[in-house]
Amino acid sequence: MTAPVLEVRDLKKSFGGIGAVNGVSFEVRAGEILGLIGPNGSGKSTLFNCILGQLAPSSGEVRIDGRPITGMRPCDLNRLGIGRTFQLLQVFPQLTVRENLILAGQEHRGSMWSRLLGRRDAGLGAAADRMIEFFRLAALAAEKAGSLSYGQQKLLDVAMAFMAGPRLVLLDEPAGGVNPTMLAGLRERLREINAVDRATFVVIEHNMEFVMSLCTRVMVMAEGKLLAMGTPAEVRANPAVIEAYLGH
Amino acid sequence: MRPILLFVGVALLIAAPFGLKPYGIYLLSLWAVMTIAAIGLNLTLGYAGQISLAQGAFVGIGAYTAALLTTQGWPLAAAFAAATLICFAVGWLLGYPALRVAHHYLAFVTLSFATLVFLVLRNEEWLTRGVYGITGIPRPALLGWSTRAPLDFYFFCLGVLTLVSLVTWRLIRSPWGRAFTALRENPMRASSLGVDTRRYTLMAFAIGSALGGVGGVLYAPLVQFIEPGAFALGLSLNLLLMVIVGGTGRFFGPFLGAAISVLLPEWLRFGEGLYLIGYAVCVVVLLAFCPAGLLGLAERLRRPASS
Repeated sequence: MTAPVLEVRDLKKSFGGIGAVNGVSFEVRAGEILGLIGPNGSGKSTLFNCILGQLAPSSGEVRIDGRPITGMRPCDLNRLGIGRTFQLLQVFPQLTVRENLILAGQEHRGSMWSRLLGRRDAGLGAAADRMIEFFRLAALAAEKAGSLSYGQQKLLDVAMAFMAGPRLVLLDEPAGGVNPTMLAGLRERLREINAVDRATFVVIEHNMEFVMSLCTRVMVMAEGKLLAMGTPAEVRANPAVIEAYLGH
Repeated sequence: MRPILLFVGVALLIAAPFGLKPYGIYLLSLWAVMTIAAIGLNLTLGYAGQISLAQGAFVGIGAYTAALLTTQGWPLAAAFAAATLICFAVGWLLGYPALRVAHHYLAFVTLSFATLVFLVLRNEEWLTRGVYGITGIPRPALLGWSTRAPLDFYFFCLGVLTLVSLVTWRLIRSPWGRAFTALRENPMRASSLGVDTRRYTLMAFAIGSALGGVGGVLYAPLVQFIEPGAFALGLSLNLLLMVIVGGTGRFFGPFLGAAISVLLPEWLRFGEGLYLIGYAVCVVVLLAFCPAGLLGLAERLRRPASS
């Protein structure tokens, strides 16, 4: 049996004595789409930040393919094939859509010196154009990212996370502020990448319809702890989850 | 439109010194030297977003390296090599605080460094001759071409400026330039996309500082007498002003900014005792109405409807 893609063991993070994540353990298997839901302040984003090196966990361990990665820098983790998006929109407004995508891939190729002396598009022009096509952003390729609508920037943000062909991507509220038509498109894109490239996802999201239709498993957090884990149907029927989060 | 402007600019720079008195040619040469140092600061501050109040100190290190070596009989080429290496290394080290602090805190760290360099230049008399300065700095000869006359030395400076411009242009058009911009706009997102923000921050400091050193190597034979006061905090602030007035993060910003800083006070000399006040008023008015600098103003004028 192969090791899980992502393995989190008893992860804890506290800020000045207040526990944001209070001992969370779970595994993510290759190829699955794991949804992560829970009320605001339940520690979902903090958990992401601890896994991805933006925050140092207070205790606990994170493994990728069985290798401990605790303490590694975000840029090194990314180069191991782990992508992410942030809860708040994070594109580079002064760069064009195409430049944003090239940037998202360029550090994965060659050495720093080859990037200094090599081509301007780092050999990624065609890949960027394919990604632009795939996310239906072709009309906007030469626009500065800052001039796009919120929903379009959100799509670009997600597209950037996939530029380097990651094996595991952690998406923090990809659907937030995206209109229903675009959202259906985003779901299709994610399904396709999951199916074709065998990429594994963990998705934080408040849009239940989106989570339940996209994810193969759903994990529920409340007050920094794991409340439930199971298929979308199981989680929906779980009385504790209904009590804490879903309501009626 | 752009290539024509560039062509006209180069033609003007070549034609400008003819018919000028030696002082006018000196000012043009000073402009070229300051532009080189400002290009370096523009890389650190404008593209990579790391503020530095120490660029003048690197000009000082470059100038003293050139003065000490060439008065001992070394060729200026050796001074270029030594100053570039020293300033690159020292700039790299100065980058480390930038990994921990940003914005005005970083300004204070670099300001302290500038003061430290000034004190070393003034107090370490065994090396720098302290406040007496170094005199008789020779101008170089290249393959039999002596640059002793003001006109020749101006063209030498212009040649080095051209070289620096081409290298910098190549740098900011490479993936590094994109990584610098990402570092400036959003370091957290950049690092989540695999950008080694630590290495790029240090590189931005090191390369920008090295260009300050290159400017300094030219400054010494230009003025032929250097003393520590020329490289005190005032020069660093002046270089910062050049970058901001020209247009931060815009390639031709330093060229314009240095022209304003070097030439405008001279044009205002008709105001006699008041000329520096007039200069200050011009700068305040410009920055109050156009914080993006002259090139930002030009962009705004070209497409007034969109903003």
